Amino acid sequence: MELTAILFYLFSILTVGAAAVMVFSRNIVHSAFALMFALVGVASLYVLLYADFLAATQLLVYVGGILILILFGVMLTTQGHNLNFKSVSVNLIPASILSVTAAGLLIFAFTTTAWAFIEPVERSETVYELGMLLMGDYILPFIIVGVLLLIAIIGAILMSTRLATTSDTTSSDLTE
Amino acid sequence: MIEFLENITPSTTMALVIHAMIPLGLILVYALFAIWMERKVAAHVQDRLGPMRVGWHGWAQTIADMLKLLQKEDIIPTDASRFLFRFAPFLIFVASYAAFAVIPFSSGYIGSSINIGVFYLLAITSLLTLSVIMAAWASNNKWSLLGGMRSAAQMVSYEVPTIMSVLSVIVVAGSLNLMTVTEMQSGNEILGFLPNWLIFQNPFLLVAFVIFFVSILAESHRVPFDLPESESELVAGYQTEYSGMRWGIFMLAEYADMLLLSLLGVVLFFGGWNSPFGTFMDGPVWGFFWFMLKGMLLVFVMMWIRWTLPRYRVDQLMRICWNILIPASFVNFVLIALWEMIF
Repeated sequence: MELTAILFYLFSILTVGAAAVMVFSRNIVHSAFALMFALVGVASLYVLLYADFLAATQLLVYVGGILILILFGVMLTTQGHNLNFKSVSVNLIPASILSVTAAGLLIFAFTTTAWAFIEPVERSETVYELGMLLMGDYILPFIIVGVLLLIAIIGAILMSTRLATTSDTTSSDLTE
Repeated sequence: MIEFLENITPSTTMALVIHAMIPLGLILVYALFAIWMERKVAAHVQDRLGPMRVGWHGWAQTIADMLKLLQKEDIIPTDASRFLFRFAPFLIFVASYAAFAVIPFSSGYIGSSINIGVFYLLAITSLLTLSVIMAAWASNNKWSLLGGMRSAAQMVSYEVPTIMSVLSVIVVAGSLNLMTVTEMQSGNEILGFLPNWLIFQNPFLLVAFVIFFVSILAESHRVPFDLPESESELVAGYQTEYSGMRWGIFMLAEYADMLLLSLLGVVLFFGGWNSPFGTFMDGPVWGFFWFMLKGMLLVFVMMWIRWTLPRYRVDQLMRICWNILIPASFVNFVLIALWEMIF
């Protein structure tokens, strides 16, 4: 077997296995770490598809996101194993119907599509082309996304400072 | 390098494996040397001699310590999360080792010359924080957890000035590939004798280097920013429950991280493997020598700072980052871009 094929199966098993652990684990922090492994596996699959920029973005965005998720998990379960944060299953029947339908659709799409195979000759300069596209054809969406993120950041800062100032005024009121 | 390995080994796979293992050998030798050097630097700063018994000026002390660590019992706390506790040291080492893939050690060797070099490096090192949190949480110990939380807060904050200062270099260099960034810094043309290193090319890049160096001190948990493992408050932070070789791997990863960030600084600001004397002492082997020399100089400065300065408090640490470094790095970024536009 070829080295690339071995790596592909290795990372596929990692992704699927970690995803299964994430779904079935009863411990919320274990689930978060399993989600991290699943996302790292997906990033490795992107590398095998010559999409290295996408892979690095996947690592940077999602692994950073998982970090915040785990911090919330740790804050909720500060007692560690003494106090297990049990996750319970609700809405079992509608969820299973929905997931079986989604799985059926995906399998149907996978089997009926005529997949076009393109063997890339060599690594292309994806970053350069991406930059040209973002600064050329897609400049408007790019700027809109930037402004949207800026508004979200300003909103978050405003909310956190407002909480701090109100607590300050109440404490000063009390002293007066 | 890879063609040469393919010629002397029977299969391509074997050549690839050897190619990937070269930095590992380097890191192991470097870690043995750096731990000895740290103890010597510490001793001389404090007017002592440091290890003197094992070999000439105690050079083999680290080897003896490593043999001792290998024989120690591997203790796992009863209430620890066993799999994550065992796995965390390996993940932390994998995260810092994987980043070495894009470092150009000399003109003849780079692990993988991908076009997204620096971006990949910054992305893969975000796994470091996660593995620290993993170790901290899995230990099920209040000191570990506090250390891990501090580490996460510190890394998330100091990532911003690091990325901004790296980005200002990338604006000048115009490439994310570290090999290309190094190649454009060769030659001695500034003021007639100075090498074409990026730090001499633009006055604002000097400011960027100061911001970068402070941020990498914080990112590699060195004094004055070693709050995740501050021994006077948290015993040993996230490493509290670790013993034996698993603790040794944490140490190894910490020193590897120092080297990685120093080498990144060398590539971005000090011309990578370029000789400071133009074509004198040039070529792949000398390139490797110059690269490691510059890297070790930065590592030495980190050690020097560690044994000279006291530790900051948590609130001071956050204030330095959010009130000084982040605004400064953004202003500096705009100034560098303007300088590049005008000149």
